[in-house]
Amino acid sequence: MVGLIQTDLAINLLIFVLATFLGLELVRHVSRLLHTPLMSLTNAISSISFVAALIVLVDPKNDLILAIAIIAVALAATNIVSGFMITERILRMFKRKEAKK
Amino acid sequence: MISIPVEYVEYLYILSVACFALSLKWMSEVRTSRFGNLAAVVGMLVAVGATLAAYQIQRIDLVALGVLVGAVIGTPIGLKVPMTAVPQRTAMSHAFGSLAVALVGVAEYYNHVPSIDIFTMAVLGGEMVLGFLTFTGSCIAFSKLQGLIPGKPYIYRGRNLVSIAILGSAIALAVYLAIDPSQQMALLVMIPLALLFGFNLIMGIGGADMPTAIAILNSFAGMSAAALGFILNNQVLIVAGALDGSSGFILAVIMSQAMNRSFTNILFGSVGKAVEGQQSAQAGRVIQQYTVEDVATVLDGARFVIIVPGYGMGVAQAQFVVKELADLLQTAGADVKFAIHPVAGRMPGHMNVLLAEANVPYDQLWEMEKINPLFPQADVAIVVGANDVTNPAARNRTSSPLYGMPILDVDKAKTIVFIKRSTRPGFAGVDNDLFYLPNTMMVFGDAKQVLTDLVAQVKKHIG
Repeated sequence: MVGLIQTDLAINLLIFVLATFLGLELVRHVSRLLHTPLMSLTNAISSISFVAALIVLVDPKNDLILAIAIIAVALAATNIVSGFMITERILRMFKRKEAKK
Repeated sequence: MISIPVEYVEYLYILSVACFALSLKWMSEVRTSRFGNLAAVVGMLVAVGATLAAYQIQRIDLVALGVLVGAVIGTPIGLKVPMTAVPQRTAMSHAFGSLAVALVGVAEYYNHVPSIDIFTMAVLGGEMVLGFLTFTGSCIAFSKLQGLIPGKPYIYRGRNLVSIAILGSAIALAVYLAIDPSQQMALLVMIPLALLFGFNLIMGIGGADMPTAIAILNSFAGMSAAALGFILNNQVLIVAGALDGSSGFILAVIMSQAMNRSFTNILFGSVGKAVEGQQSAQAGRVIQQYTVEDVATVLDGARFVIIVPGYGMGVAQAQFVVKELADLLQTAGADVKFAIHPVAGRMPGHMNVLLAEANVPYDQLWEMEKINPLFPQADVAIVVGANDVTNPAARNRTSSPLYGMPILDVDKAKTIVFIKRSTRPGFAGVDNDLFYLPNTMMVFGDAKQVLTDLVAQVKKHIG
């Protein structure tokens, strides 16, 4: 059992390190023009905590835990909805010179 | 409802993670950026859908209610928030996101206490501290940006000692909890300490440092989500959190480099005070004040004009009239470019969004490194609502607090038009050497009003 947990930890750490490097590389190449929409987009992505709240809701021990997780669901849902919408709105505003004529 | 075996959910998570990575890849340029957003939406739907289909979730009715509440609050925010308010919206979303993560951590703790192993509890403790401090920090950032509380840094003697003491105690309690997870009282003290630390940290940050502070909070929010992934052994959380965390980190690095300051200096330093000595040394220098008529005369016949926007343009909502002026000058045959300093505004990329909102084509927006060599060729540089980022003292005055900060070489333009509300110095409390140059024309007044008058005058000249 202990061994299993340690394997999970090692694999998860590996995933975390690789994902961090990937993120650093990808974001380094994002045009400065788009830093604001980038932030609203990654914000919406990190609202993946919605999934975490759902997993807690598989087996909540009491109503307090249930209530806390539901609040988390509402908060994450707000971020997902507003984050993707505002990113789309911002990106739609960026136009090239030719496009405006 | 469709249900899938739990073993398969991992594969759908991999698909979701690939979508998120592609999404960031496509954000690298404007042309593909909207696919980027779409890919992230798909990734999110796949992850949520897979989770709902694979797990037996209790009280799905309440989950639906939570989503409904989220949609009701989120839709107007997403559709209606004006572009000038995007920084505060971003701060608010960091607050919501980190609170959600911290609350899931709390729920997870109470669900499993006392049978939590030392490693899980250590990560859980760290995750809760990070989540809760990001929550109050972001709330303060929101309040400052929204103008609910003064934007000035709130600094008192021994602030850093207090900060360290609070954070140290919170971490000590987290360690204590890791050793003995059943100590629920420790948790109930640790949470308020984390909240207090975030409050104290961001209260000390002023407006001009907001871009960096927001990026750091962004990074914290992502990291706490990744930590949650370790606790739940859920890889999609680890990857999405790591992507968000590294994105915030890179932005914070770019912002702090653009100010020539370290993170520690921004978070724990105290800019905005103790530079009074500067002012008196500059007495005796004369500011030459001009009218919009004078400026219109200079602009008449200018072939190359660079406009330098700053936060003041957004405050005055002057981006639309700036665009009108640019169009007018272009019709008169001038080449017009916009010079964007990385820390202009209150969040990374803020100026680009404001100008894009006013329909300025993005190929007219130039980054600092690319526009600086062009300033000597510019007939006129018009500074609208920017200040510190144009101060030549950053280049040559070693005693200046701005010394070493990369600036826009506005002083190299043939004529400089500086539109300013008052003679009040910029955020850093430093007088701008630019005001006193013989080729600088200072025009005092509200940016929007001045530019509206200027547009009218230029129209007369063009006839």
